Amino acid sequence: MNVGIVSYGAYVPRYRITPEEIGKVWGVDGKAMSKGLMINCKSVPSPDEDTITISVEAARNMMRRCSVSPKDIGALYVGSESHPYAVKPSGTIVAEAIEAAPHLTVADFEFACKAGTAAIQTCMGMVGSGMIKYGVAIGADTSQGAPGDALEFSASAGGAAFLIGSEKMIARIEHTYSYTTDTPDFWRREGEMYPRHGGRFTGEPAYFKHVLNGGKGLMERAGTTAKNYTYAVFHQPNGKFPTRVAKQLGFGDVQIKTGLLAPVIGNTYCGAVPLGLSAILDEAKAGDRIFAVAYGSGAGSDAFDITVTDEIEKYSRSRAPTFTELNANLKFLDYATYAKFRGKILLGGE
Amino acid sequence: MRRVAVIGVGDTEFGELWDYSFRDLGIKAGLAAVADANISADKIDMLYVGNMSAGRFIDQEHIGALIADYAGLARDNIPATRVEAAGASGGLALRQGFMAVASGLHDIVVVGGAEKMTDVSDLESALIQSSAADQEWETVLGATFPALHALIARRHMHEHGTTREQLADVAVKNHKHGSLNPKAQFQREITRETVMGSPMVSSPLRVFDCAPSSDGAAAVVLCPLDQAKKYTEVPVEIVGSGQASDYLALHHRKDITTMEATKVAAQRAFTMANMMHKEVRVAEVHDNFTISEILAIEDLGFFAKGEGGKATEAGLTGLAGQVAVNTSGGLKARGDPIGATGLAQAVEIVTQLRGKAEKRQVKDATVGLTHNVGGTGATVVVHLFRRA
Amino acid sequence: MASAPRFWRENPSRYNLVGFKCNNCGRHFFPTRAICPVCHRKSVGKIEKVKLRGEGKVFSFTEVQEGLEELALLKPYVVAMIELEEGAKVTGQIIDCEAADVKIGMPVKATMRKLGEEGPSGVIHYGYKFVPIKEKAP
Repeated sequence: MNVGIVSYGAYVPRYRITPEEIGKVWGVDGKAMSKGLMINCKSVPSPDEDTITISVEAARNMMRRCSVSPKDIGALYVGSESHPYAVKPSGTIVAEAIEAAPHLTVADFEFACKAGTAAIQTCMGMVGSGMIKYGVAIGADTSQGAPGDALEFSASAGGAAFLIGSEKMIARIEHTYSYTTDTPDFWRREGEMYPRHGGRFTGEPAYFKHVLNGGKGLMERAGTTAKNYTYAVFHQPNGKFPTRVAKQLGFGDVQIKTGLLAPVIGNTYCGAVPLGLSAILDEAKAGDRIFAVAYGSGAGSDAFDITVTDEIEKYSRSRAPTFTELNANLKFLDYATYAKFRGKILLGGE
Repeated sequence: MRRVAVIGVGDTEFGELWDYSFRDLGIKAGLAAVADANISADKIDMLYVGNMSAGRFIDQEHIGALIADYAGLARDNIPATRVEAAGASGGLALRQGFMAVASGLHDIVVVGGAEKMTDVSDLESALIQSSAADQEWETVLGATFPALHALIARRHMHEHGTTREQLADVAVKNHKHGSLNPKAQFQREITRETVMGSPMVSSPLRVFDCAPSSDGAAAVVLCPLDQAKKYTEVPVEIVGSGQASDYLALHHRKDITTMEATKVAAQRAFTMANMMHKEVRVAEVHDNFTISEILAIEDLGFFAKGEGGKATEAGLTGLAGQVAVNTSGGLKARGDPIGATGLAQAVEIVTQLRGKAEKRQVKDATVGLTHNVGGTGATVVVHLFRRA
Repeated sequence: MASAPRFWRENPSRYNLVGFKCNNCGRHFFPTRAICPVCHRKSVGKIEKVKLRGEGKVFSFTEVQEGLEELALLKPYVVAMIELEEGAKVTGQIIDCEAADVKIGMPVKATMRKLGEEGPSGVIHYGYKFVPIKEKAP
């Protein structure tokens, strides 16, 4: 299959809060949390932002960088675990917002943090089979952690969009491989506001097992080892897990540095690997190889072997903000404002 | 066209009138006006009622029929029409009455205006008032009614150098006048500090830059000038009537520091009256916000564009000024029951021209003007009155 | 706020700033209308739907303290009149900016945000708000 990324776009809200600020309220040593998680601050969406507005902004940034007509988009999928509606797809609003409607198929995806990459795989299949010319895959979230819970220190907001096609690709997806099992490490029941997790169960039997197997499985099929790749990006619920798993797969700090965004934006869930990948594409050169493994609780991993093409030299990257540009003009919040923004304060009845 | 006179006036006090319903208010003002004209019910040919939004304030439409009924006029099956143009509902009702008599179709016409605003919450009231703006392209986007006037104020300050203090002077003057008006909602004098220290509503406008929500009603009785002496010793003639519209949304206007509809409506009224601006000694203008009075006195032609703030600061619009503006206390101090306001302005002018304004009487006032605005200036109605 | 169909109908204009150009006089207007307000019936058949670029300058602004209930979490918020580069003016909120930094003449561009919702179980309404245009580093 000759498919890959034709264009990409990203978006992260400009508000931030530090683990220290959160820790103050809950009697937790925020500084220690920060160190332990390798997270300096996390992104917070404004009350007028949600997964849909983030997806729209990322998708519009993606369209700004290429000259593909939105009318040629045959499919659009938004992967998230914080879709604003339980029933009514985020994707239709995004499709209208980029003028791709009405001649396309749309659906929302869910698989914890890897719904966005699952959408990429689906688009690959649809483009590769000739069903559609271009597909859009978006991973975006505004996820929440329960007040005082460990997840509150990391759950953040952001997303990235990818235009998948087979013409004028800036990066070809050579191989993709997924490893999936039924593993209840982290979940949220219908109607519940906050997810729950299995504590230490989310580590070795969940994240590490699936990322390692996904990564090794990809290398087997691609006939590669870590040293073949310029860049590597892994799902990043914090800064520690991806750093450790990278080492276990043989990658060095230099390779993972560009895609490791959790220290400055926290865990953007479905946005995590997509945003990390977008940061890599912000600087990657023709010929660079990228190794990406996303992880979704529940559980599964999606792994990708990507080669940047010559087309990237002609790509109009500057028509939309890079991750560095998005991560500027920040405003740090206190916990009270953060709680207000995130709807954690009980407002009066209607 | 026949010449038209006002032969009777009546109004309620304005304020938060918890004990009075909408019907109570309408009838109180109407009866007072009819009694003032000393006219019997069977002589009344037509009723106009100005009302902005009884449908949302008290879930009641069909206002013409309601007031005719409670006024005892349904007995005689008189024609009754409700007139709506947001804040200009009252002034527009007056114009309809004027046209009915001037055309020769009717002789004795009662025109009233009433609004009951305090039966809903403040938030609901604000939302209802904002329906005078462009719902889809102003309100939905977050612009409240005060916010739109704040946009006007800031631009006026930017283009013409109007100051925050000059805006305050409008409120101070109108509260001074209100303290002389026993029917005013606010009868307490204030200072610049009161205004500038009050809570911010939408910058730069503060609480004391904004007229209150009020309950109240006012009414006048009209008849052909040549019959007026039968009913009153001092008929006041409506010598000019002008009405104009403009784009509904503020952002479509040519110049947001000017209410073009005011200029055009005034021109039309002055042309009909064959009069000059400088003949007007007393005027009731639409000061739902302090900035609105500044625009009004410029756009009505009393002062040059951009000079309204300075003129107010210099006292040129006080009781002894070049033109006494809002001697009743204006919308700001007398109160603003939306549909009643246009009629209350007429009641004040007629009272002034009759020489009956007591402590707030303007000396030698023979010509007066009323100026009533709907929305941020999409409808304006101007009337000129002269003691006959 | 309002009903689902009333909002849905205006989505093209609220999502994508679709206005129109009168090919009789050449002026741009927003939102769409049946006829040009200047040319009246001379514009019939000459109305062309146009997607405005969304960039413009602040013409006037205010910081709203007592605002709409659905914007309670954002108050005080900034409302402005924006003069778009095509000549049409619109009213909208300015976000991602301190109120004290908003100036008449400041360049802004449109983005999509939530305008409100009909309660926690109602339809969410999206539309344009404006962000300052960041000056690119030289």
